[in-house]
Formats: sequence, structure tokens, C-alpha cells
Amino acid sequence: MLQFLFRRLIVAFLVAATVMTLAFILTRLSGDLAISIAGPNATAADIEAVRKAYGLDRPVLEQFFDWVGRAMTGDLGNSYFFQTRVSTLIAERMPVTLTLGLTGLSLALLISIPMGILAAVRENTNFDRAVQMIALIGQAMPSFWLGLLLMIVFGLSLGWLPISGTGSWEHFVMPGVVLAFSAVPALTRLTRAGMIQAMASDYIRTARAKGLSRASILLKHALRNAAIPVVAIAAVQLGFMLGGSIVIEQVFALHGVGFLAWESIAKNDFPVVQAVVLVLAVIYVALTMVSDLLNAVLDPRLRA
Amino acid sequence: MSALLEIERLEVGFGGRTSAVRGASLTVERGETHCLVGESGCGKSVTALAIMNLLARGGHRTAQRLTFQDEDLLKLDDRGMARLRGNAMAMIFQEPMTSLNPAYTIGSQMTEVMRRHKKVSQRVATDRAADLLGRVGITAPGLRLGQFPHQLSGGLRQRVMIAMALMCEPQLLIADEPTTALDVTVQAQILRLLAQLQRDLGLGLLLITHDLGIVARIAHRVSVMYAGEVVESAATAQLFADPKHPYTQGLLRCVPVPGKQRQDEPLGSIPGTVPRIGPGFEGCGFRDRCSFADATCAHTVPHQTAAPGHDYLCRLAP
Repeated sequence: MLQFLFRRLIVAFLVAATVMTLAFILTRLSGDLAISIAGPNATAADIEAVRKAYGLDRPVLEQFFDWVGRAMTGDLGNSYFFQTRVSTLIAERMPVTLTLGLTGLSLALLISIPMGILAAVRENTNFDRAVQMIALIGQAMPSFWLGLLLMIVFGLSLGWLPISGTGSWEHFVMPGVVLAFSAVPALTRLTRAGMIQAMASDYIRTARAKGLSRASILLKHALRNAAIPVVAIAAVQLGFMLGGSIVIEQVFALHGVGFLAWESIAKNDFPVVQAVVLVLAVIYVALTMVSDLLNAVLDPRLRA
Repeated sequence: MSALLEIERLEVGFGGRTSAVRGASLTVERGETHCLVGESGCGKSVTALAIMNLLARGGHRTAQRLTFQDEDLLKLDDRGMARLRGNAMAMIFQEPMTSLNPAYTIGSQMTEVMRRHKKVSQRVATDRAADLLGRVGITAPGLRLGQFPHQLSGGLRQRVMIAMALMCEPQLLIADEPTTALDVTVQAQILRLLAQLQRDLGLGLLLITHDLGIVARIAHRVSVMYAGEVVESAATAQLFADPKHPYTQGLLRCVPVPGKQRQDEPLGSIPGTVPRIGPGFEGCGFRDRCSFADATCAHTVPHQTAAPGHDYLCRLAP
């Protein structure tokens, strides 16, 4: 187990290093940063001044290792636009994104686990087919479009929910639902498949031969085994949601990390862009590790 | 007092296409070891699952009579059946490796069945589980209770299954080929254990097997199944001494008996395989493989009695 964890840590580190390199290269590939920062009306002298001020005149490798070295110590540099430390900026925005991500994941689990169980219990009935159809639609529906539809119906026509901002918990309902919708198909199918497989297994026959109640057979014996992959995937899905909230935050004007990333890309605030990419990548890698750990906790065969 | 388990003309079909059991009759007395023998695919396991009402999806059972301790099992709903299962009638299976839930400890799986059927505390249930583990020959029961199935060998898991089946002091234990998946040495240990527990606890034991060696050693009574029917039933000694049905005779020829058989004499075999039989099949299911078959076998199969308690299903005279 320790060796397994150690191996995962090395992989996680390599992934983070790769992401850092890519983020750095991609921001440089978008053009001459000094020109875009200085703006369309800048003179050649202005551009030179900007180049000097931000250290863009140094060799690229020097810039890269300087950034990596500082990032290692937690110093992500300063934002060009906001004139504050990038780490402060991200820390301010993170709660919104985390709230959104956790809301989305909780909703997704609350919907998909019962739906998956019911579909498995009623395999090949109309209910099962309806669930599969919903899953298919959910997978095909772009989240920004669903977001806009919800805004039109619940925000504008019915006026039940606010359509933008982060003032109250009500502001998180629609974005949370939209985010959940993207995770529901995979989680539902996984639950359904896991339950069907578990219900056909020998240990369920044993449980029935023991005269256990239907609830105990379904929820204690079958779901416990079917849930192992679901929980593991849910952790990874949370990573997707945190990264993927960039679209949703934009649609609902939630000022989270995703919104920050979008703003910074538009303004060529590349220290922020690099940092957001790095932070989200680290979170994603960490969640993948959490997923492995949860697997080991839930499956005693992996614990040895 | 009537028998522990009485089955008359049990029929089990799967979706109207195949008839797995066709009018099988069987009686298990209290405290009796009754062996159900026959080759693979003749309906032994399906019969056992039908008794417990544990048939797979699509399986459907009917019978003229299916009673356990004078209670009509055909009239019981799911709840009523669940009340009996694991309690008064218990079952162990052929696959010890996969029959225990991998996610729970041995102790948790053993105690839950007792907590379900008897009003006892967790403590009492745990003590009983430890006691039974010792009884089925598992050393360090306290340690085993905290372990997961994957930490135990196949033989140990089957012992756990047996101990778990005994938690609520059942009257009837159905064992569906409990040793088939195990090593030969372990097979012998498990059988000896079953035979001993049967004697000590006065269990009615319905043991399904295709191993006639086992039957000769531990059965009081034997029923031979073929193509969904019980073709012959007799006390063990009687059946071995004077088999009446050609299929039983064929089965017995397939078993080497040291001393009785000459070294160079080839071991017997029955040509062909068990036919797949659909609804509406008439006559004797064995006729295509039987050397005594004639035209009448395609229509009627008389039920005959060779001696008191020795019945068979064949036109041949006793």
C-alpha cells in the first residue's frame, strides 16, 4: 500500500511538472506578450518598457525556471491587471468554485445513485430504458446551452431563481444543476451496471438464501460492491467539475476561479492563466489520488 | 408425523422453452441424509433452488405438493419464504470462492443472519459464530471473524459457509455439490464434517452430488435424477445392491470398486449426454441412451415399486 502510494505520488509530481511546462509554453505561443500587454496604441518604446518591467527580455529558459522555482515556494507572481498577488487572487475566488463543484457533485450523486439502483432492479423495463435515454441526452447536451435554457425558464419566465451572481445559496442552484447534469450520465450508468453485476453474483444468492430483507440485500450487500467504482469516479468527476466550471461560471457570472481564468485569458494576464492552470491540475491530480485511496478503503481486497 | 420436506411432482420451467425439472418427487425425513445424484444438467441444482424459491430470473416452479414441516411453501410469499430461509432451512453452494460478500468480514456476514431471524444481541451472535467456527474445525475463530473472505482459502470459506448455515439451528440443510470446487483432500474433510454435523445436530441433509463414492459413505437414502425426473429412489444399501433403473445401473458401472473389479476390465460409461427437454415431451427421457429401450418407452413410463421404499420409473420388471 505504501509503495503504491509512493508510485502514485511520483506520477502525480510528473503530471504537475508537465502541466507547468505546457502552461508556460502555451501562454508564450499566443504571441509577443509585451505587445499585447502594452495595448494597441502603444509605441515601440512603451513595448520595450513593458518587456523590461515584466522581465520578458530575459532568455525564455531563464523565465521558465524562475517561474517554476517561485511556484515551488508558493509564489505564483503578480497579476498584471489586478496588480495583486496571483495566490491571493486565486484564494479569493476558490470558495465560489469549490461551492459550485461540491454542489454539482452532491446533486449528481443524489440523482444518479437512486436512479442507477432503480434502473438495475427494473432492468429492461420502460423505467430502465427511460433512465438510459436521460443519460444519453445528458451526455449529448452542452452545459452552456442547458444553462441558458434554465436561465430563460426559471430565471426569466418564472422568475424563481437569480440568473447571475453569488449573493445567496439560490445563486448556486441553477449552475449546480447544470454541472450535475454533466456528471449524472456516467455515474448513473456506472451505478446501474455495478448493481446489475452485483445482483447476479453468488454472494447475493447467499444473502437471499440467508433470508435477508430486500433492503439489506440491495443496499447493504449489492450497493456496497457496486459503489466502489462509482465513488472512485465521483472523485475524478469533481476534478472535471472544478476545471470545467470555467464555462458555467461564465454563463452565470459566478466570480470563481473559472471566471478568473476567462478574464485573464482575455486580458493577457498570463501569470494568472499559468497559475490557474497549475492549481486546477494539482487539484485534479490530488483528486485522482483520493479516488485511489477511496477505492482501497472501500475494497478490502486492495487494502492488504 | 409427516416428513421434514415433501415434494410431489415438482416442475420447473424457464420461459416456456426448457423444462429443467419434470415432475420430480422427493422426501427428506427428519435427521436423514438424503443424496440427490445424477450427471450435470439433470436438474439437481434447480430442484434445490426451487425448494428455497431462489430460482434465477425467468424460472418458474409448480408442484402438486411442496411442504416443509407441514407448511405449504407454494403458498408463501417472498416475506414468508425469507422468514424460513437461513433460519429453519439453510443452503450452501458449490462455489465457496464467490459465495461470500467480499466487502464484509466473516463475522459480520455470520452474525447478520442470526440477528435477522432471532432476537439476540450482537454479542450473543458473535459468540455463537465463534463457537460454530470452532465446531467446523477452524482454528483461531476470533481472528477469522475479523477477516475478509479473500484472506481465506476455498476450503476455509466452505467451512465458513457451513458454519453460517448452522447459525440459526436449521432443521434442513441443502448442500449443492459443496465439495466440487475443492481439492480432493479438502473434499474428504468437508464431507466428513457434514456427515458428523448431520449426526450430532440431527439435521435433515439434502446433499446434491454426482460422486457416488460420497453417497455410499454418508447417505441414508438416495434419489437418482435424470433429465428432470427422479428415476429411482431407495435406501442406500438397497440401491447399491439392487439398482433397478438402467440409468442407475449405468451410473454404478462408472465407479471403480477396488477388489470387485478385475484390473484389465474397462470402466463403464453411459454413451451420449442428457437431452434438452422442452414442454410436451413424452415418455422416458433416458430412452435414447438406454440399451433396453423399445417402442413403448416413447409413450408410457410406469412407476414401479421393487420393495418397500424402493421406487423406480421404468417399464422393466422388478
